[in-house]
Order: sequence, then C-alpha cells, then structure tokens
Amino acid sequence: MKDKLKKMPKTWLDNLITYGMVIIVFLLVQMFISRGLVSNLLQGLLVPLCVYVILAISLNLTVGILGELSLGHAGFMCIGAFSGAFFSKVMADIITVTAVRFTLAILVGALFAGVFGFLIGMPVLRFRGDYLAIVTLAFGEIIKNVVNALFVGVDSRGFHFSLKDSMSLGLEADGDVIIKGALGIIGTPRNSNFTVGIVLVLITLFIVLNLINSRDGRAIMSIRDNLIASESIGINVTKYKLMAFSISAALAGVAGVLYSHNLNSVAATPKNFGYNMSIMILVFVVLGGIGNIRGSIIAAVVLTLLPEMLRGLNNYRMLIYAVVLIAMMLFNWSPQILAWREQHSIKDFLRKRRKVQ
Amino acid sequence: MKKLRKALCLTLAAVLMTGTLTACGNTDSGTGGNSAASDTDSTESSVSSDAGVFKIGGIGPLTGGAASYGISVKNGAQIAVDEINAAGGIGGARVEFNMQDDELDAEKAVNAYNALKDWGMNILMGTVTSGCGVAVAALSSEDNMFQLTPSGSSVDVIKDNTNVFQVCFTDPNQGIGSADYIGQIGVAANDGDMVSRVAIIYDSSDVYSTGIYEKFVEASSSQPYEIVSVEAFTESSKTDFSVQLQKAKDSGAQLVFLPIYYQEASLILSQAVSMDYNPVFFGCDGLDGILGVEDFDTSLAEGLILLTPFAADAEDALTKAFVAEYQKRFNEIPNQFAADAYDAIYIIKDAIERSGATPDMSISAMGDALIGAITQISYNGLTGNDMTWEVTGEVNKAPKAMIIVNGVYQGL
Repeated sequence: MKDKLKKMPKTWLDNLITYGMVIIVFLLVQMFISRGLVSNLLQGLLVPLCVYVILAISLNLTVGILGELSLGHAGFMCIGAFSGAFFSKVMADIITVTAVRFTLAILVGALFAGVFGFLIGMPVLRFRGDYLAIVTLAFGEIIKNVVNALFVGVDSRGFHFSLKDSMSLGLEADGDVIIKGALGIIGTPRNSNFTVGIVLVLITLFIVLNLINSRDGRAIMSIRDNLIASESIGINVTKYKLMAFSISAALAGVAGVLYSHNLNSVAATPKNFGYNMSIMILVFVVLGGIGNIRGSIIAAVVLTLLPEMLRGLNNYRMLIYAVVLIAMMLFNWSPQILAWREQHSIKDFLRKRRKVQ
Repeated sequence: MKKLRKALCLTLAAVLMTGTLTACGNTDSGTGGNSAASDTDSTESSVSSDAGVFKIGGIGPLTGGAASYGISVKNGAQIAVDEINAAGGIGGARVEFNMQDDELDAEKAVNAYNALKDWGMNILMGTVTSGCGVAVAALSSEDNMFQLTPSGSSVDVIKDNTNVFQVCFTDPNQGIGSADYIGQIGVAANDGDMVSRVAIIYDSSDVYSTGIYEKFVEASSSQPYEIVSVEAFTESSKTDFSVQLQKAKDSGAQLVFLPIYYQEASLILSQAVSMDYNPVFFGCDGLDGILGVEDFDTSLAEGLILLTPFAADAEDALTKAFVAEYQKRFNEIPNQFAADAYDAIYIIKDAIERSGATPDMSISAMGDALIGAITQISYNGLTGNDMTWEVTGEVNKAPKAMIIVNGVYQGL
C-alpha cells in the first residue's frame, strides 16, 4: 500500500487528501448530529460553511490559478442566488419533486452566473492588476444595485419587469410580484441541507482540481506566470482567461443558489452581496494561500465559525475577530514567522526522529 | 528577536484559547439553563429562585450602521426586565433577557436565533428589523416558538406565521393612516389653504420606506389631494437631496411626505431651507428621534408632523418614569424603538399571566399557550392604549399624530 502511494504522482496524493478531508469531516459531523452532540448554532452554520467553502474555492481559481485579482465575486453569487430562487419560486407548483426542482435551480443559477461572468469578463479581462480589481469591484456593485431596483411580476399574460416600483408592473388581479426590489424574493423553499452542500463542495473541488491538472489548466497557469511567453508559444490568452473567469463565476452562482435556498428569503444587502462579502471571500483565499485549494477551504471554515463561536464575548466579538484575523495573517505570511516555522516544522522533526531510529 | 516571536506565538495561542473557552462557556450555560428549567417541575409560583426562569431572547443589529436601533431595543427591554424582576418576576419566576447581534443580515440573524436556542430561549422578542424577521420567523414557526417583534413592521414577517405578533403598526397601515390623515382630517399648508398637492421622497432601497410608500400611493387615489411628484433615493445616495427637493418645489407641492428614517429627514429639512422651499413636512414613526440628531438645528423641525405611537415628552406617568429611568441609565432620550421593546416585554408578561404558562413548558406548548392568550389581552403601555391583537399577528391601536412646536412634540 505504501509503495503504491509513493508511486502515485504527488498531485494525485494531494488531491486525495483534499477530497478525503471533506468526506471525513462530513462523516464525523453526521455521526455527532445523530448522537445529538451538535449545538443548534453549529447545525445552522453547516450550510453557510459549504457556501463559503465553494466561494473560496471558486475565487481561488481566478486569483490563484489565473492570477487576476477579482473583487466582484459576491456579484456572481448574487446572480446565482436570485436566478435560482426565482426559478424555484416560479416552478414551485409546476415541478413538485423537490430534488428535481432544486437540481434544476442549481443549474439555472450556475448558468446565469456563468453567462454573466462571460459577458462581464469580455471587456473586463483586458485590464490587468489593480485596474481589473477596480473594474470587477464596480461590476459587483452594479449587479447588487440593479437587483435592488428590480421588480418582476408574473400573471396570466407572462412576466412583467420594472425598475421603478411594483405598481408600475401593471399586474392583473391574479398576478404575483416575485422580485420586490429591495425586499428581494420572499418565500423560497428551504431545500438546502448539509448533504447537498457537501456534494456541491465535492463537485466544485472535482471541477477545479481537474481543471488545474489538465492541459487547459496548465495553459491558464502559464498566462499567470508569464503572459508574453505564453502568447509567444501560441496560447489563446483571451480564451483561457475567459474560461477560468466564467467557470469561477458559475461556481459562485452555485454557492448563491445554496445560500438563497438555505433561508426562506433573499435580498441584496451590502452585507451579503456587497463588496464587503467579495473582500471577505478574498480574505479566505489569501489566508488559505493563493493557489492553495485545501488552504482556502480551511480558512473559509475557520473564519466563518470564528465570529459565531465568539458570541459569548458580546461587544468585544468583532474586535477579537479582527485581532485574530491579523494574527493569523501574520502567522501565515510574515517572512520572519515563515522562517521560524521552517526551523521548527513538524515534518522535519518527524523526519529527524525517523533517521535516529 | 526570538523572544518577540515567542511572545507573539503565545498571544496568538492565548487569543485562540479564549475563543474556544468562551464558546464552551456558552454551551455550558445553555445546557445548565435547560436542566435548571426542567428541575422545577414540582415547584410552581413559590419563591423566585425555585420557580424557574423565563428566558427571553432578542435579535437585532448591535454593530454596524443600524446598531442604534438594536441598542435602543436592547436597552428598553432591559429596563422592563429589571423592573419585572424587582417586582417579583412573572408568577414568581424570574425573567432573563439575552440580546444577540444580527449585523442587519438575515443569515447572521438565523445564527443568532440558533445561538439563543442553545442558550435555552423560551420566547423570542425580535427581530428589530423586517428583513431579518422574515428569515427568523420561518424558523420560529417551525419550532412554534412565541415571537413578538417590537419594530419589524413589514407584513411579510407575520404573513403565514401564526406564532409571530407585532407591537408596531405594519408598514401598509402607516401608509393608509397617513393618507387618511392628510385627506380626511386635513393639514393646513403654510400659505393658509388646505393641502391639495403632495410630493413624496422615499428610500427605494429600504423595505420600511417602500412598504409605506406603495400603500400611501394606493390609498391616495381616493383622497381629495393629488400626488404631484415622487422621487426616490437609495442607501448609497442619501446625502444630497437637492434634486428631489427641487422637483417637489417645481411641481408646487405644499406638503412633502417623508416615509423615511430621521437621519435622512434631518438632511432634507436643512437642505429645503437653504433652497428657500417651505412646505409642510409629514412623516411616520421613522422620523421619531429627529430632535436628537447631533448638530441639527431643531428650529428647522418646527411644524413637522409625524404619525408616531410614542413621544418622549408625553405627560403621562408611565412615559415620564420610563424616560427618566432610560436617561439615568443610558444618558440619552429613548426613541420609539426603546419604547416598543419596553412594551413588548410587558405584553409578553401579560400574555404569560393570562395563559398561566410556566417556564418548564416545552417551547411549542408555551407557544400555543401564548398565541391563544395574546389575542385576548388588552394592553396599555408607552406606545398606545387598549392595544389588542388579531390572530394574524397585527396590532390594533390608534395612531397618534404629533406636531413639533417650540422643539417639543405636541399631540394633534
């Protein structure tokens, strides 16, 4: 067995650890839940954890693998959340099998977010570095504000759209306003659960890890490492950039669908789909290690759990959260601490002991 | 240098440890509370320590831009809880109150609800805002937990949820009430005639504001006045209102209806003066608190009319005592959020006494008992007299119109 493991390419082993980690956590949590050892708070946090993990993995595709800084990730999540919730609400009476409807809603959310990622990516990806960050930030805010002003109603004559108020939709008496501007969508079915969340995390991992280890993935990483060199050997830079960006957006859309079906309502507030959220996701990625998928999963879980676990501190909660965040960033990225960790690493310690034996 | 690193690592470890320890402390107190409640099966309504504890949870924004609402609710409720405990509790049982932060985010509100359940909450006094209320009400109705929101005024909070009741008016009722008041009772414009041309400025990104605005427009179609200008602003553009005011002025509006919160209204009032526009301003309960805005010249608010259930300078004994106590403890004048929360705690007390509920009942059984009781009680408090409740969760009380004269509220 050990020899077999050694013969495997290193990336395979690495990916296996990542998948295994997610599955083991899932099994452990299920076991604890069945024994009644998990608090209500933690049970309620399981689906959001999956949402943030998917977001962190998908943004790592743009930031870590493509090497472009995007600050509009929450915007794509917003598109996924609203298109998925809209689909579920409209189809609630037509498709009564929950599993089918929710699967379709996830696909709809991914498709819409992916298409918007493609459309926004076309002009935006011509920029690089700081400029790209600023433009994606703007697009993220535009998406949030448009959704906030959008009114969509449905009656026997079909769909009606308005950017003013629900009266100007001119609905018939049997009509129903589905997206109510700042109120968002109210009354989406609460279909998300931990099992669905974990399955989606695994699918996301599968897509991203396979992409990284494929021919396309190597082309994308070559753009990150040296744009001119990759252009000179005939790599279609625009195509691969758009590919990574749209896949990243589509996966954020999946997270959005999961998010909107976890609560019974979804509204675009600065808190959930604003730039604060985009930066939060970027923090997951940076803390976990840019380009390090497993690291971003762990960072997303830790940083989502932390403020909730600190609830006992009341007013000092956010202060402590910020202090811990700074401390963790230093621990992960400060050159001096990195050097110290190199000197005192557990791996070396184990290796030395093995040699002594 | 090495010492510094060591120190850094130690602090990091210490911080993380406190985090985990407090988390543990939290769950400990939760389970401890549960066992305490179940231990008291035999002793009912005797001395306070033996009769168990009613654990009332609160959810609202305590950090961020909307924190002032959450903190007002927390303070108002705490005064009521302390008063009740000092007077011997409810049927001998003590009351505990725990307010959790939702950061004005539905997802965090759900987390707060779950955290409160771990703490052992029997009754929920929340949420402060409507958006979070919709998400939390879906969970509380599953648990059949009795929920009374002090200020979540959207209809969507109580719709389809038999367990949720409101202390405040619903947004549509405020819109209809305002339209009725302007149309039927009439407001004298500043040029002496009755108001016949009305402009509206509202916040299209806010649930409360759009809720009132839509019903006001609907109800206005049958009123003798005419709406001549409707202008919106959003959360990201709420500092300059000269465009909206200019349009209202150009259309010759004698009254500007402001279904918004007081911070923006204070800007609108001062900008209107600077452009020499002098209509009657009319608002709802969101305008309560305008006299307390920092650096705001209160003479600008002269003649402002607002429909609000609570006025801090009312002369009745109950309001006077509450305002004095609030000022003593928190060093500021309470607004309607604090008053709503104070009333909410006493309404819960009345409902418990009417139903004979005890702390050892299950959440669902207590929910059933209180849902049955609240529709039978009639409550006199800070925010209204003879308040009664519909099965739907709506409150019945008379709206009060106030006008600001010489810097104080006066009933109209």
